[in-house]
Amino acid sequence: MKKVNYRNLPSRLSLLLLVFLLTFSTTIFAQEESANEAEATEAQTPPAEGVGDVAAGETLFKANCAACHKLDKKATGPALRGVAEKYDREWLYKWIKNSQELIQSGDALAVKLFEENNRSVMTAFPALTNTDIDNILAYTSAPKPEPTVVELPVGGGGESGSGVSNNVILGALALVFLLLVVMLFLVTSTLKRIAEANGVTYEEKEKKMPIWKAFAQNQFLVLVTSIFLLLAAGYFAYGWMMQVGVDQGYAPVQPIHYSHKIHAGANQIDCNYCHSSARKSKHSGIPSLNVCMNCHKNIAEYNGEVDPENGYTKEFYDAEIQKLYDAVGWDEAEQKYTGEEKPVKWVRIHNLPDFAYFNHSQHVTVAGIECQKCHGPVEEMEIMYQFSPLTMGWCINCHRETNVNLAGNEYYAKIHEELSKKYGVDKLTIAQMGGLECGKCHY
Amino acid sequence: MTKTTNMKKILNISLTLFVAALLVSCFDSNRPNYQYMDNMYEPVGYETYGNYEIFPGGQEAMLPAEGSIPRGWQPYDYENSTAGLELARAELKNPLEVTEENLAAGGQLYTIYCAVCHGDKGDGQGILAQREKFLGIPSYGDAGRNITEGSVYHVQMFGLNAMGSYASQTNELERWQITQHVMNLTAALKGEPLLVPVGKDSLNVNTPQMVTTSGVSEATTDEGEDNNLEN
Repeated sequence: MKKVNYRNLPSRLSLLLLVFLLTFSTTIFAQEESANEAEATEAQTPPAEGVGDVAAGETLFKANCAACHKLDKKATGPALRGVAEKYDREWLYKWIKNSQELIQSGDALAVKLFEENNRSVMTAFPALTNTDIDNILAYTSAPKPEPTVVELPVGGGGESGSGVSNNVILGALALVFLLLVVMLFLVTSTLKRIAEANGVTYEEKEKKMPIWKAFAQNQFLVLVTSIFLLLAAGYFAYGWMMQVGVDQGYAPVQPIHYSHKIHAGANQIDCNYCHSSARKSKHSGIPSLNVCMNCHKNIAEYNGEVDPENGYTKEFYDAEIQKLYDAVGWDEAEQKYTGEEKPVKWVRIHNLPDFAYFNHSQHVTVAGIECQKCHGPVEEMEIMYQFSPLTMGWCINCHRETNVNLAGNEYYAKIHEELSKKYGVDKLTIAQMGGLECGKCHY
Repeated sequence: MTKTTNMKKILNISLTLFVAALLVSCFDSNRPNYQYMDNMYEPVGYETYGNYEIFPGGQEAMLPAEGSIPRGWQPYDYENSTAGLELARAELKNPLEVTEENLAAGGQLYTIYCAVCHGDKGDGQGILAQREKFLGIPSYGDAGRNITEGSVYHVQMFGLNAMGSYASQTNELERWQITQHVMNLTAALKGEPLLVPVGKDSLNVNTPQMVTTSGVSEATTDEGEDNNLEN
């Protein structure tokens, strides 16, 4: 009888191949580190026109004018690019220093301009000198810079390219691996056939009792196994049934992609700014769109961090702001509401069942709990999801662990004193104040 | 190794994979989970922000009927125009007494609603100004700005230029509390004396018509703590 050397070859080789793959998979990602060589070409500041200093004008413009004027878009006041060419310089001096005086003196041009802009009064700037105004006008006369056109294809294209090639390489490797495995099986079977043809006989396995038969005959083993299986099944069934009705991790797609990460995280806007009713009512409230427009009247485009890998580009965010304008009926060019509104059908994420009562103001205002305690790190959520299970056990647990906040709340003073005497503790938990009574939440 | 066992193995493996894929695909974060007895979950009445056919567009959230007035609401007579602003600037006065409570509440509300742009000190250097989302926010202390209680309240009510109205997020009491805090910030920036809080005894005397922060007081009084004493 001949010894066949490599009978276990397929499995051993596949293990080897796996090791091979794993060793090289780290280098696949290393490509990402390649530095982004493209230096952002700075927007070239055009030379001063001899009448004013552009840089000084920019500082002045941002400090004094930018609250109401933008360079290329109408805001509270008209767009200012090229304004120096439209009007007489002396007239502009007068207008900027005190526009109301000019209007009241009956200057036809001034009155016309005032009427064209909804009769909103421009702040007088008596403190600006003529040189200051010259500087500002030099800034507004500067041609529109176009740095974005140069920057985008290099940075964005390069990154997305490496992402694609990584996927392609991984896919190709997986395919090669698969092919190798298939080939090995084919090779072994052919080898076997050749061996048989050459008269090499395999060691025939002795006919043993099949293992399942042996198992079935051992009654003790069967009993133990079936008990074990039943327990395991019970364990998993319990686990599965306990998560029914729990929406933890629920993250629906909203009609407008509102990023809490940008608003509450990067811009540090207080939760209560938009969810203003959380302070004083049962519901925290989905903010109405006029609250969005408090800021977005002015902010029509996104200029923050982008994440092109996930599709969160500037264009994406700008389109979402446009969705807001469509819904609320805001005409960006005219800076007016058109009156054509389309309600946004937000998808509510946090829902308590009808038989449970929860009041936001009691927790936010009276107890002074941070929103994040229940809602999780909202300031890091690009897409909002339900952080807590919102189950009864979860509520009760917090009521057992949290002490009652007494600061500045005389309502609790007397009851706290008597109960702490009764329980012999310094600080009462909510449970000790009756926070576990059924009627508190179920009515 | 025979062909049939091979086939069986492949069949088993693929079946396991299929079940695993099925399990994974069931956890769809886009949909709410299954519920037991949904009759107990879904309210009989119309739920806040619910979607019901009976409402126009299916929306439960609707504007109040025309002409309805919230409880405790006081009419505000100054119109939303430059003339109205000037009139309010000249004659509107804060009905609230200067108390520590009012100042503290005003400070908190200011931090929530105003400080993102106007800055904690009122110097126009809030986080949105620093990040250049809003530009040219003036400081309360700028020379030539005639800030009075009336003008502060009027601007909160209707907004001014790039600033929007805050009438939907705050009530009358809260706007006056914010006004007190803003007057204090203005005085601090200009180096003038701050408002002096009166003693606690005269609290709540001269504001009988004012809206209280109803939600809060109700929420606290709703608690039936007394039951627990008998246990």
